[in-house]
Amino acid sequence: MHEMGITQSIVAIVAEQAAGRKVKRVTLEIGQLAAIMPDAIRFCFDVVAQGSALDGAALDIIEIPGRARCQDCGAEVALAEVYGHCGCGSRRLERLAGQELNIKSMELEIA
Amino acid sequence: MCVTCGCSDDAKVTVTNLQTGEAQAIERPTQPQAQALTHDHHHDHEHAHRHDRDHDHGHHDHEHPHDHSHDHHDHHEHSQPAVLAAVAGMHAVTVDLERAILDKNDRLAERNRAWFEGREILALNLVSSPGAGKTTLLERTIRDLKNEIAISVIEGDQQTLNDAERIKAAGAPAIQVNTGTGCHLEAGMVRKGLESLKPGFGSLLMIENVGNLVCPALFDLGERAKVVVLSVTEGDDKPLKYPHMFRAAELMIVSKIDLAPHVDFDLDRCEAMAREVNPNIRSIRLSARTGTGLTEWYDWLRASRAQGALTAAQ
Repeated sequence: MHEMGITQSIVAIVAEQAAGRKVKRVTLEIGQLAAIMPDAIRFCFDVVAQGSALDGAALDIIEIPGRARCQDCGAEVALAEVYGHCGCGSRRLERLAGQELNIKSMELEIA
Repeated sequence: MCVTCGCSDDAKVTVTNLQTGEAQAIERPTQPQAQALTHDHHHDHEHAHRHDRDHDHGHHDHEHPHDHSHDHHDHHEHSQPAVLAAVAGMHAVTVDLERAILDKNDRLAERNRAWFEGREILALNLVSSPGAGKTTLLERTIRDLKNEIAISVIEGDQQTLNDAERIKAAGAPAIQVNTGTGCHLEAGMVRKGLESLKPGFGSLLMIENVGNLVCPALFDLGERAKVVVLSVTEGDDKPLKYPHMFRAAELMIVSKIDLAPHVDFDLDRCEAMAREVNPNIRSIRLSARTGTGLTEWYDWLRASRAQGALTAAQ
């Protein structure tokens, strides 16, 4: 899928921010509704990081579960899929969480 | 190289103007441009940055390598790693980034969107699996509406100029973007296409994405709406199989309905599944070959254009 390109963007953004310093750890936030498979990112990461400031860095992925608010009854609903129902039967759900695709932080080595 | 779909960063993207025959190679635009930009935090290291971004400077010292530098507190200097390590209490320091991974594409998409809005251009992002009939629908639409609405087309495909040539033959200016091994269009490619295509005020711009129901859902191009085309020769459960795309689309076009009697495609079931994923999705059943349903499609286009002009006037 598109995880290779996404991983390349991650490595490029972090390497740029590290400005030549060695990166020991990268922490991502990936929503469970974001259409991105964390395992595929992990698979790509080591390969893409090779030869960059991220070579050998650990990768932590915080997975964020999907949550939505029902636009009819106002209840908060957990979403395991990109779509779903509220207990009241409504499908009109406003997504609150689960679509994140963020680089949260990086850990830099101090020489 | 992506083992699943062939996405690759070293693929050269080409933009070809069918009117002039001019072809331009562009670098894949998702890669961030080199910027001398490193964020800083109160407890640790040096701060080198350019002044073209807004961010919180805090009270710490920092260096501006392009113009001046100043140190207020020696212990903050990166040139004293021992002190630094003592401050941090370890040999590593965590730096918050809080950056959206697709931030660059999203920002370029917003620029495209503003460009379209300023010119009252209705830009639509047509998505489908390969072979659903996007190009055929566009050819027919151009032939039927070209005297009423100025239409131009950005065609996305991995290879060949075939689709753009078909559009040109139908009577509309076309730009072909070849993504190489890339599986979707990105906002930067559309922008490049626009520079060459120069769609006029109040016109209709059709962006035909690479045939793929997965990745194009993630990449905003700056369009007003995504239109997903699903042909009856595919499975009627595709909305559930590819929910991200059907969720992102405003309109679903069920195409090739002249073939419906010959295939096991339940139109009602398909539409119910699409609404399951996206309660607000509208559906139009049509056949670009026989003309069935085209009036409804054209009315939708007219109404969307009028809505854009209204928004611009406000």
